[in-house]
Amino acid sequence: MDNTRKEWLLNAGLAIALFAVPLWALMANEPFIITLATRIAILAIAAVGLNIALGLGGMVSFGHALYLGIGGYVAGIAAFHAFNGTPVMGLSGTNQMLPIWVIAMLFSGAVAAVVGALSLRTSGIFFIMITLAFAQMGFFFTLSWPAYGGEDGLPIFVRNQFPGMNTARPWDLFLIAYGVLACALLVFALTRAARFGAALMAIRQNPDRAAAVGISPYGIKLVAFILSGMITGLAGAMMADLTRFVSPAMMAWTMSGELIVIIILGGVGRLFGPVVGAAILVGFEVFFGGLTEHWKLWLGLVLLAVVLFARGGFIGLIAGRAQND
Amino acid sequence: MSLALLFEQLLNGVQFGLVLFLMSAGLTLVFGVMGLINLAHGSLYMIGAFLCAAVAAATGNFWLGLMAGIAAAAAAGALIEIAVIRRLYDRDHLDQVLATFALILILSEGVRMVFGPFPLYLNVPDSLRGTVNLGLVDYSVYRLALIGFGVAVALGLWALIAKTRLGIRIRAGESDREMIAALGVNIRALYTIVFALGAALAGLAGALVGAIQSVQVGMGEPVLILAFVVIVIGGIGSIKGAMVGALLVGIIDTMGRFLLPRIFGAFMETSQAMGVGSALASMLIYLLMALVLIFRPKGLFPAHG
Repeated sequence: MDNTRKEWLLNAGLAIALFAVPLWALMANEPFIITLATRIAILAIAAVGLNIALGLGGMVSFGHALYLGIGGYVAGIAAFHAFNGTPVMGLSGTNQMLPIWVIAMLFSGAVAAVVGALSLRTSGIFFIMITLAFAQMGFFFTLSWPAYGGEDGLPIFVRNQFPGMNTARPWDLFLIAYGVLACALLVFALTRAARFGAALMAIRQNPDRAAAVGISPYGIKLVAFILSGMITGLAGAMMADLTRFVSPAMMAWTMSGELIVIIILGGVGRLFGPVVGAAILVGFEVFFGGLTEHWKLWLGLVLLAVVLFARGGFIGLIAGRAQND
Repeated sequence: MSLALLFEQLLNGVQFGLVLFLMSAGLTLVFGVMGLINLAHGSLYMIGAFLCAAVAAATGNFWLGLMAGIAAAAAAGALIEIAVIRRLYDRDHLDQVLATFALILILSEGVRMVFGPFPLYLNVPDSLRGTVNLGLVDYSVYRLALIGFGVAVALGLWALIAKTRLGIRIRAGESDREMIAALGVNIRALYTIVFALGAALAGLAGALVGAIQSVQVGMGEPVLILAFVVIVIGGIGSIKGAMVGALLVGIIDTMGRFLLPRIFGAFMETSQAMGVGSALASMLIYLLMALVLIFRPKGLFPAHG
């Protein structure tokens, strides 16, 4: 069986498993497992966003927690004003997920446009550090801005609504997250298959040759970076609704690190890499976190082993190298 | 706002800057010579602080603790270099970031397992207690000593790199590693020594700061990120850049936190001014770093032309 076929089968299996396990949990009345699956799906969406910048475009953004946090704060602030009945910037607050998602994507996209436009002038370690610096700015801004909770964070008292669903029920929320994850994966797959994706990957592999055939690296990378930030911002809004809480911790640099870790564990640039990576990370936390309080030590060892010896992550381990790698 | 207070804050800024220099010097050397991004540098700072606090508590002698902290950090650095870091020199930056991120997880949990989850406390040595009159203000002797330490280490480091045989090799390693390997220098051993040297400086910084802050797991990461800001501003690989960057970051951060709320207070309501001022102050150095990168993408003192 060739690698492409293997990867398709693996992806199909993963998509089914991520649906079947919470479905079983619904039957068995295990809401905790449904919530875990929702968390995996939302983290995976955030990582799908990063995977466009990092996997396809080779842009090592060490600050994607910024967009996660922006999405989270959009959801939190909208719900806060809807709850209080006060306006925000001339608009009334809302407790509807759909408009919140749109606003979250617009805001994170706008910030990604500014950050990307400035950061893409640099490369290598400087790019890593400047993206980190922008995320730290967001982190410290939310930390010391008292209007929306500052250090203490901002609770969302009533989870935002989705038409036709009861978002207070774990299963409904899971279905929403699963649906959005499917859309995000579709966007990733379409981007990768499009001429735009081919140009992006060509730039990653050899920017000089790409430029020689008439592809301008800067513009294409910038568009990819914005798209990437928007998807991660959307995940942030959903994450806030899952935990019903937003805090500066969503923008902490460790969160940016975790998003990269998810992609590495799953497989860089692979369609389902973020899904596997998120499942491994959450599974690790729950399983080993139950066994020992020092589970992060083991996570560190596994991560180290993957980086040193198993490049390509889980998907690479099963399905071999990517076709275009 | 009195002049005395301003002067005291300025000294605090210089002191903070010199601590940052101790951290950044190792980081920038490791990047300059080996081309490696080491996120685990903050863990070495933490190890220095923990060992110093533990030994000082056991023996009652701060200076013994300080020696132990430096030695432990250097030993941990050498061990990490041989076991892990060595395999990363040929890898891309992404792998380096991840592997050293993994090292942070391992070392933080390791320290938590050995020393327990509670912070340790380290007292300022008796000989450096109290304050000294500097004309305008009474300033903490210990903080003044930190400034002295920082300057002494900076001079020592300069002498080491400019005047000794090891320094010549380090500089040669920065400009052409294949060539010095071909000339018969044991490049592997040189890398281990450079890494251990950087680790010792981080351990020293951690141990010194441990006496004015609590010694706890995770103390290294905020300083690590500031040290990255420093070396990016200064120009990665340049010790001189690290010094200038560290002083800039130390002074701007300290003065920003002190002055901005007061400046905004001049034309705003006090509580609001505190909020805006402190929010802006905490972002100031990152703003500075972004500006430097935009206008001088290689930092203020680029090491490699």
